[in-house]
Amino acid sequence: MSNTMKSVAIAGAVAAALAAQSTTPAQAAGKEKCYGVSLAGENDCAAGPGTTCAGTSVTDYQGNAWTLVDAGTCAEIELPAMADGTARTGSLEELNRDLPA
Amino acid sequence: MTKLHSQFRAALLDPEAPTPTGLRDGQGRPAAKRFDVYRNNVTVALIEALRTAFPVLHKLLGTQNFDQLARLFVRAHPPETPLMMHYGGAMPAFLEGFAPLSHIAYLPDVSRLELALRRSYHAADAPAFDPARLGVVTTDVLMASTLTLAPAVELVRSPWPLVEIWRYNTAKGADKPRSVPQSALITRTEFDPVPHALDAAQVAWITQIRAGATLAAAQDAASAHDPDFDLTPLLSLLIQTNAIADLTTPKE
Repeated sequence: MSNTMKSVAIAGAVAAALAAQSTTPAQAAGKEKCYGVSLAGENDCAAGPGTTCAGTSVTDYQGNAWTLVDAGTCAEIELPAMADGTARTGSLEELNRDLPA
Repeated sequence: MTKLHSQFRAALLDPEAPTPTGLRDGQGRPAAKRFDVYRNNVTVALIEALRTAFPVLHKLLGTQNFDQLARLFVRAHPPETPLMMHYGGAMPAFLEGFAPLSHIAYLPDVSRLELALRRSYHAADAPAFDPARLGVVTTDVLMASTLTLAPAVELVRSPWPLVEIWRYNTAKGADKPRSVPQSALITRTEFDPVPHALDAAQVAWITQIRAGATLAAAQDAASAHDPDFDLTPLLSLLIQTNAIADLTTPKE
């Protein structure tokens, strides 16, 4: 990219970004915070474990052998090999051999 | 550390290990059952900590599967510090080496995103930056200038639709993730970190800026990925989410 084109591109982006900023209502920052809170959902804790929003302990769950994923939302998300050509690693044959006891 | 201490610690994380020798209750009897209760509580508390630490991973796997994963993890990677808010740093590598879940290849990146969100939450505040400073310097000066991003800004690269996977599991009514690569830029406008999807050119720009490159060099790097790269959406995002901490102009 030539320097002239580059300077036009950068100056244009700065001008447009600053214009967008000036038309954004002053309380935008506060709105953003509320947005973040609602995104997080009731059971989330952005601060992480060991903080005041972490829950208290429950009794141990005596699990059985590893079962295939079915309970979570993993099963709802079907993703083929990535569009950029990244190969998906491993195969189902190999994976099933190594299940932990 | 005495022999009892090291034996006690090792047995805490290994349910097959015998009760440490010399443990006695108040009446001098062996305290094996008491130790078992304590050992169980340690593991359960750490599993609970991981549920708090990785809410999206928990939701993706479901509680039963997550707890089994977490039990293996906590015994292999007990906390290295009493400060628990960053616990789980070894999770991405652990997931990458965990064969039973390797068919869900985006899980390591989800755990990276959740770790980065917590780092962002606990990162230092940045001094207020007046974006008007970008507009008062000449374009030549701007091209040779560098930007300092706020400490709360984090970048998580991914070949998966990482931000849409995260949103699908945190926001009600979010659309199912599309099959597109999406890296995540985390910014923290005030208190709560929020991930934003970036394409490859935007990732290249942010990577250059974080490495201290000039705006001109960052523009070149981004244009190499996308000849039509337009900085406006990314720069607007950085300004609106208080992600820029400083502008450094070149010394005359």
